[in-house]
Amino acid sequence: MLAIFKKEMRQYFITPVGYVYIAVYLAVSGFAFSMFTVQTASSGSDAQVNVYFTVLMFIFSVLVPLLTMRIFADERKMRTEELLMTAPVSINSMVAAKFLAAYSMFAATFLISLFDYYVLFKYGKPQPGVLFGYAVGILLLGGAFVAIGVFVSSLTENQITAAVGTMAILLLMLSVNFFNSYIDITWIRTVLNWISIYSRFGNFTYGVFDFTALLYYASIMFVFLFLTVRVYERRRWE
Amino acid sequence: MIEVKNIVKRFGDKPVLIDVGFTAGDNEIVGFLGPNGAGKTTTLNIITGYLSATSGTVTIDGHDILDDPINARKQIGFLPEVPPLYPDMTVEEYLNFVYDLRKCTFNRAKHLEEITEVTRISDVYKRVIGNLSKGYKQRVGIAQALVANPKTIILDEPTAGLDPQQIIEIRNLVRVLGRDHTVIFSSHLLSEVQAVADRIVIINKGRIVADERADEITRVAEGKRRFSFTICGPEKEVFASLRGVEGVSYVESLSSTDIDSTTFIVESATGVDVRRGVFALTATKNWPLIGVESIGMNLEEIFISLVDKPQRASRRTAAGANERM
Repeated sequence: MLAIFKKEMRQYFITPVGYVYIAVYLAVSGFAFSMFTVQTASSGSDAQVNVYFTVLMFIFSVLVPLLTMRIFADERKMRTEELLMTAPVSINSMVAAKFLAAYSMFAATFLISLFDYYVLFKYGKPQPGVLFGYAVGILLLGGAFVAIGVFVSSLTENQITAAVGTMAILLLMLSVNFFNSYIDITWIRTVLNWISIYSRFGNFTYGVFDFTALLYYASIMFVFLFLTVRVYERRRWE
Repeated sequence: MIEVKNIVKRFGDKPVLIDVGFTAGDNEIVGFLGPNGAGKTTTLNIITGYLSATSGTVTIDGHDILDDPINARKQIGFLPEVPPLYPDMTVEEYLNFVYDLRKCTFNRAKHLEEITEVTRISDVYKRVIGNLSKGYKQRVGIAQALVANPKTIILDEPTAGLDPQQIIEIRNLVRVLGRDHTVIFSSHLLSEVQAVADRIVIINKGRIVADERADEITRVAEGKRRFSFTICGPEKEVFASLRGVEGVSYVESLSSTDIDSTTFIVESATGVDVRRGVFALTATKNWPLIGVESIGMNLEEIFISLVDKPQRASRRTAAGANERM
């Protein structure tokens, strides 16, 4: 498992993908951070940390597919999955190693971007609890995003299809509750709210550690990783 | 030791392997022979655990590939039809990755050096795989199969697409490996399998049609001699007369390419030379004999001669009845 993890990490940096991801994420998130906290604060109003994190979710829904698109699709296209699947490694370990590699890239880059907070602490009085809540929320949400990306990548041998497919699913899951204002039927609104990744994020923004949200993100992660394992098991029998 | 028993594989409703079974003993080189689409790759993929059989069992040194996959796979080094290479890695990075992937515990540097020497890739060790020639890629693929020092090595068409020099090198490598490994390699070339294997397993349309020692196959294959004769003369009459020549067991007329000559395929038992008889016939009849060629048997014909004897006899009778010419 460690071998596959190390290989995936190395592949992010043999190809430009890792660098591009880190550079684009830091640039875009830094810009958003400046727009919604520093600049609003300097113009006299309160810094809108919540807007920053909302924007961050959408940034991730576009950028996370960059991390996951290659992860299985390319193995399939290059026929290297035969090497992995005939090695003495279980499918569970293979999927876990690949997920952890993509997630490490996601988490490490996000943690680097937390240096932005420094500015808030230096020039203002942010609530550390709220910021911490956001950060935990993003780390959990990222796990769900990466798991969805890994699953979509296992369905195709085309990286572009994997990337676009993942983006579509992530954007849909993020924005599904925005349709609520157009729907009168209560139970549909409840369901949409329940599915929505965005509405689950809400409690973190109050600095409250929301256990149901943790379970929700963990379940999404588990379900999509489980489905990925099933995709590979099924392929063996087809 | 590999035991393959009663393997059946269906893709959807379509059966691709029907009751496939054979064994490969220790330090034996088994050539797995069959035309394209016969089921060679599917069988090898099932042995290595990449695919699962619909029914039947595969055991590698006593470990069932389904019940005990991790231990079974530890015994196998596999070169798939397309070498599983990462084009953006160097050979060094790649072999080190495989070393870690297969959880090897040898002296890493020394072991990898030995493998690169055996497979003769030392001079490209630091190069990026994507830039290597096809022959080198194939050898890196074989090196990968050797990294875990497995007892059994399975090579799926290791010489496909290589030039003659590279083919000879790979064959020599397979022979060397066969000294202390069980090797199963597939090919659609009879000559290649004969040149290297101790035993030949032939598969056709998903069924094992022969499982013989390599020299036995040669004997069976050489059980007949065939010639092609190009003769100027009335086609029907020549055909009938050729069948009357002593020692001739089978005559087939190919469509005429020239206006006044026809090519006939004539078969006889070994030890009988029908050329003299045919020459005498054409001389007597004053039909100019303008070409004689000895024809080897191709793989399909060996299948037929090995397994489809009754079918062929009936076909020949039918051909005779229809005066197929």
